[in-house]
Amino acid sequence: MAAQILFFLLATVAIAAGLGMLLSRNPVGSALWLVLNLFCIAGLYLTLNAEFIAVVQILVYAGAIMVLFLFVIMLLNLDVLPEIKDIEWKKVFGFTLGMGVLGLLSFVVASSLDILPNEISARRAAEVGSATSLGEVLFTQYALPLEVIGILLLAATIGAVMLAKRKPV
Amino acid sequence: MAVPWYWSALLAFVVVNFLLISASVLVYAERKISAAMQNRPGPNRVGPVGFLQPFADVAKLLLKENIVPYLANPFVHSLAPFLMVVIAMTTGALIPFAKGVVVADLGVGVLVLLALTSISVYGITLAGWSSNSKFSLLGGLRSAAQMISYELSMGLAVVSVILIAGTLNLTEIVESQAGGMSLLGWNLFRNPIGATIFIVTAFAETNRTPFDLPEAEQELVGGYHTEYSGMKFGMFFLAEYVNFFVASFFIVTLFFGGYLIPFQSALVSAVPALDGSIWLSLLQVMTLILKAGFFAYLFIWVRWTLPRFKYNQLMTLGWKYLLPIALVNVLVIALIISLFRTF
Repeated sequence: MAAQILFFLLATVAIAAGLGMLLSRNPVGSALWLVLNLFCIAGLYLTLNAEFIAVVQILVYAGAIMVLFLFVIMLLNLDVLPEIKDIEWKKVFGFTLGMGVLGLLSFVVASSLDILPNEISARRAAEVGSATSLGEVLFTQYALPLEVIGILLLAATIGAVMLAKRKPV
Repeated sequence: MAVPWYWSALLAFVVVNFLLISASVLVYAERKISAAMQNRPGPNRVGPVGFLQPFADVAKLLLKENIVPYLANPFVHSLAPFLMVVIAMTTGALIPFAKGVVVADLGVGVLVLLALTSISVYGITLAGWSSNSKFSLLGGLRSAAQMISYELSMGLAVVSVILIAGTLNLTEIVESQAGGMSLLGWNLFRNPIGATIFIVTAFAETNRTPFDLPEAEQELVGGYHTEYSGMKFGMFFLAEYVNFFVASFFIVTLFFGGYLIPFQSALVSAVPALDGSIWLSLLQVMTLILKAGFFAYLFIWVRWTLPRFKYNQLMTLGWKYLLPIALVNVLVIALIISLFRTF
């Protein structure tokens, strides 16, 4: 029960932070909202008993990628966007309603096609979520996809180095 | 191992207060040691041999006016010092002080440590940005660049420890060093390159000299905390000292046998009554604090001995030397371990 309350609390904050990121007129403010959002997602993983994924989420996204984002935003010294003068509430309302209907319909379609994920017990989730079982699955069942992703990241890294080196030194 | 919640809460209370007190003791130690190294008396007016000086300084900081610069972002400006202190104190929860004496005995403890280290850069960066001052911004940017560069090598040094121990849990990592009379089994001897890299990167991650470019006084006034006054400045100061003390705890935990007493097995077989008793735990805590105290001294010693790096030297060291060495180290250790496992 406590886990469910925590889940909805974190989910609400995550959605609010996502909205804050989109609506913030200050680029650094947007980045900070996104960081809050990432922390909430990590908390959601924790309520789902996936502690390894939760820590890696903070380590990689909040700790490395967002720090780089913040670094670049500060270096570029972007201006604060002008405040929005008048919000068209009709459009906001229509968009929210449309998205709600879309979500409802996709749930109905997914449940009627029987492709919703099965419920698993908390104990089983804790077993699957540990670093050991995750590592075992990654390096046996999903070894090839893992290696391919590794090569993809290597290619991206080399590409970034090449772009940075384009000017003759 | 499940422990009752009140035990964890009590331990957390003790740890936080221990870190707070030790920060002021370290400030005093730093001033006294630097004074001895520069052949001057150092603080000696407040209390016996000046021991109450840091407490007087804290009282002074509490009474000072809190100045927020015009055009600063007030919310972020206040948030940054809190972030620094909270993250520094949270890291203390992961230290295993003795067998079973740890606030948060997490299965992925080492990763949590790395995650906390990597998010501690937010405090400095945000302080630099929100102050709306060129000196602060430069300090914040330098620290972000420095921490990103050294985090990788630090992570790889930790990976080599994880490979040897075969676990992500800090208590189990300490226990895995119990071989060789709890002395020769230290990861320092099994993984000397990893230990060196970790110690160097720990200096960089805690912004201590020779890596203290974010607060280089000669060029940046005070760096990221130029625009802070009163207790908010005090919190940056506190976080710095807690950070390097906690870093010395982790150097000890990962590479110098943690809470294990040297010749522990001989000691326990000589005095069988000690086994599993609270006195053994107390001895272990004392051992850990002594070992960590040595590294805290090392941090201070290095600060007053070595000059600061130039910025390009810092980046060259991080990316061109430490990172490749750390990568090769992980590879070699993984190869050796897989060879031992097959035979």
